[in-house]
Amino acid sequence: MSAVVKSPGFHSSELQSMLYLNGVTKSFDGFKAINNLSLDIAPGELRAIIGPNGAGKSTMMDIITGKTRPDSGQVRFKDSIDLTQYDEADIANLGIGRKFQKPTVIETLTVWENVELALAGTRSVIRALWHKLSSEQGDRINEVIKLVGLKAKAADLAGSLSHGQKQWLEIGMLIVQGPELLLVDEPAAGMTDQETMETAALLKEINREHTIVVVEHDMDFIKALDSKVTVLHEGSVLAEGRLEVVSANPRVIEVYLGR
Amino acid sequence: MLLVNDVDLYYGASQALRKVNLSAETGKVTCILGRNGVGKSSLARAITGRHPVRGGSITLNGLDISSMAPADRARAGIAYVPQGREIFSQLTVQENLYTGYAPLKRSQRHISPEIFDLFPVLKSMLKRRGGDLSGGQQQQLAIARALITKPRLLVLDEPTEGIQPSIIKDIHNVITILRQQGEMAIVLVEQYFDFARELADYYAVMDRGEVILSGRGDEMVEEDVRRHMTV
Repeated sequence: MSAVVKSPGFHSSELQSMLYLNGVTKSFDGFKAINNLSLDIAPGELRAIIGPNGAGKSTMMDIITGKTRPDSGQVRFKDSIDLTQYDEADIANLGIGRKFQKPTVIETLTVWENVELALAGTRSVIRALWHKLSSEQGDRINEVIKLVGLKAKAADLAGSLSHGQKQWLEIGMLIVQGPELLLVDEPAAGMTDQETMETAALLKEINREHTIVVVEHDMDFIKALDSKVTVLHEGSVLAEGRLEVVSANPRVIEVYLGR
Repeated sequence: MLLVNDVDLYYGASQALRKVNLSAETGKVTCILGRNGVGKSSLARAITGRHPVRGGSITLNGLDISSMAPADRARAGIAYVPQGREIFSQLTVQENLYTGYAPLKRSQRHISPEIFDLFPVLKSMLKRRGGDLSGGQQQQLAIARALITKPRLLVLDEPTEGIQPSIIKDIHNVITILRQQGEMAIVLVEQYFDFARELADYYAVMDRGEVILSGRGDEMVEEDVRRHMTV
């Protein structure tokens, strides 16, 4: 029992799945990092993925974003798009944004300039050189900076931000590109307690308009997200449901105790 | 005796250890427990000098090693068996063992027969390449390589991870023997709860970069520890 409540403001109700993995397997030197993995993320959903070391979380993200090709199985975006046919850049352009664990903002540019640089648009050299920002684009940048809580820091160099603020900036840099699906890898790692809680609140806010899959170890963060949780183990789904349900699951307990 | 005092460790601006305190006595096994991502390996890296600490101090038998290079810490008696073993797959088993000579004086550079008493399987495989060994054998090789340095502190990072049960038992026995000999302090990072509980003279449980629970192994309340290790 885990009916997904669609967030208000989400308009893709005709879609069945934002992301659909079916029977996906990937081996490295005979070791099955992903083993018959199936996962279904509904449009508008916020899903947390947890699991012990080596559960396959990173490989799963790599497969979705085209960094790694699966040996077998289906990987579909918005019901019909077969992601295994595309490379990383194509997949980003299709509307899947990935936030890696380590922030990669440009420290010598301001917060505003970082977001500007990330803005979706033509990437041809000549066009980019002569590019002029439209007022709508400027509004959009301001809106995103406000969303990620950095309005007062817009003119500051990104290098002067705290670790948590850099992570939010980078999330903003993805949001401004308007991805339909956002993959977020361990956003809370290394954050203070307060930053962790603020990040959970931010993702919930972003979830009003974007589908989000977040991989995280931090259980305080997962609790604050208050979303459906998928537990991965040895490359497949061990349990799925509300946190209080999966944490009471005896198999989940055994796995976390290394048995 | 290892003393870790109020240690902070950062990766860039991201804080992985927050005012961590730990002690490990000679002849005792001190287990560090916790879920993935809570800072266990970062603590091992801080102790062995693989990553600099930003605050606090680390002393080994009274010597402040806080800002020593990893090689100097090895000379001071710290041996490290990293997670994932990190043996040299292109070198033979024997050559891998020889790499343990690095911190030793020339006169001490020999492999004592005791190494092969502890790990008989290595003796029959001396000419084999490290990469051709099974995962369990590689783990044994990594521990043997560490012991060749004649450590006063042995840091083991998840030695049971991905290892078959029979070899886990062998590793358990080796740790028990090393404890009995009483020549080194042993810090054991683990997520395999039963293995750690059986061996722990002392334990420390970590969460979010902090030690949140610690005490004597025989006074460990399973429920309390389990709560912090599961989700």
